[in-house]
Amino acid sequence: MDRKMENPLMKYLRRDRLPTIFCAGCGNGIVMNTFFKGMEMAEIDFENLMLVSGIGCSSRIPGYISCDSLHTTHGRPIAFATGVKLANPEHDVVVFSGDGDAAAIGGNHLIHGARRNINITVICVNNSIYGMTGGQISPTSPRGSYGSTAPYGALERPFSLSDLVTAAGATYVARWTTAHPIQLSNAIKKGLQNKGFSFVEVVSQCPTYFGRKNKMRTPIEMMQWMKESSILKIKADKLEESELEGKIVVGEFQDKVEPEFTDNLCKLVEAKCVTGKPTSIRSAYMGG
Amino acid sequence: MITVNEKFCKGCNLCTEFCPLNVYEKSKKLNKKGIHVPVPINQEKCTKCGLCTLICPDQAIKVDENNED
Ligand code: SF4
Ligand code: SF4
Ligand code: SF4
Repeated sequence: MDRKMENPLMKYLRRDRLPTIFCAGCGNGIVMNTFFKGMEMAEIDFENLMLVSGIGCSSRIPGYISCDSLHTTHGRPIAFATGVKLANPEHDVVVFSGDGDAAAIGGNHLIHGARRNINITVICVNNSIYGMTGGQISPTSPRGSYGSTAPYGALERPFSLSDLVTAAGATYVARWTTAHPIQLSNAIKKGLQNKGFSFVEVVSQCPTYFGRKNKMRTPIEMMQWMKESSILKIKADKLEESELEGKIVVGEFQDKVEPEFTDNLCKLVEAKCVTGKPTSIRSAYMGG
Repeated sequence: MITVNEKFCKGCNLCTEFCPLNVYEKSKKLNKKGIHVPVPINQEKCTKCGLCTLICPDQAIKVDENNED
C-alpha cells in the first residue's frame, strides 16, 4: 500500500515487526496510539525517548516502537529505568508494564520509584489478568472475576494501583480506560511533562483471556463494559466503598510538585564534589 | 477519504462499534485472512474527529485531513 495512505502513527513503528503479536482487539495497540498522541502533545523528542519494559503482553510494546528501548526481566523495568535515568537524566524515560509485571513481581519497585519521585513515566496496562501465560488471576483482578487459577471466581481484594501509587508518593497519577482514548492521551501528556514519578494506569481489555472467562467474548463487549462501568473520580469520592463495587474510578488521582530525585542527586554531587566540578553523571555521554 | 489497510487490520471491528457516526460497516464476507474487514460505507458523514484512528489497535486506519474528495 502507498505509504501516504497509511496511518500517520506508522512513522513511529518498526514496520518490519508488524503486524504485532497482539490478539485482535487487544488494548495494547490503543495504548500505543494514545502514547504517541500524548508524546506529540507534550512535544517530547522521539529521539530522546528511552522505553523500558518487563515481561508480559504489554511489555512487548517497546519492541514495536522505533526508538531506544530495553526489554528487561520480569517485574524489574522500574529498576532498570531508574538506572537509565540516573546515568543520563536528560533522557525521557518511559516504562511500559502490566498489572502482573508492575503490581505482583515488581510491586516493590513500583512503590519505591514513587517514593523517590524519580522523573520517569510509568504506563501500566492493567488488563486484570496474566494474558501471556494463559489467564491466571493477577493482583488487580476484580473480586469474583474468573481466571484459569480462579475457576470459582477471585476471592481476594484487588489492588487499586492508582491509590497505591498515590499513597506511595507519586506526583502525577491518573487512571483511564482504553475506551477513553482522548482523556488517556491527555493524561499521558501530563505524565510526560510532570517532573517527577508519573503513573498512568490504563484499564485495558484482554479479550482472549479476561474476556473469554468473564462472559465478554469480544473486544467490543469489553470496551462497552469499561465505558459503562467507569465513574469519574470527583463523583466517586462522594460515594461509599460498597457503592463502588464493580465500578472503574477514572480521572486524576494526584498532580503536585515536589523535589525530584535525580535533581537532588545532581545537586548533592555538585556540592560534595572535591574537584569542584560534577563529573559523574553526564561525563560518559557528553565527554565532560 | 478513509483507507483501511488490510495488511494490518485484524478485524476486531472496534472502529465499526465506536465511530460516533456509524461510518463503518462490518463486511459481510471474510477476506483471505478469514476476518471481517470494516468498510467505510458512510464516508460523507465523517467529521474527521480521529477517534477511529486512535482506537484502532493495529494502526490500520487513515482518515485524510483535507477535503479534496
Ligand atoms: S493474551 Fe490478552 S493481553 Fe495478551 S495480546 Fe492477547 S488479548 Fe492482549
Ligand atoms: S479497529 Fe482497526 S483492526 Fe479493528 S477492524 Fe477496525 S481497522 Fe481493523
Ligand atoms: S474520524 Fe470520527 S467520524 Fe470519521 S470515521 Fe473516524 S470516528 Fe468516525
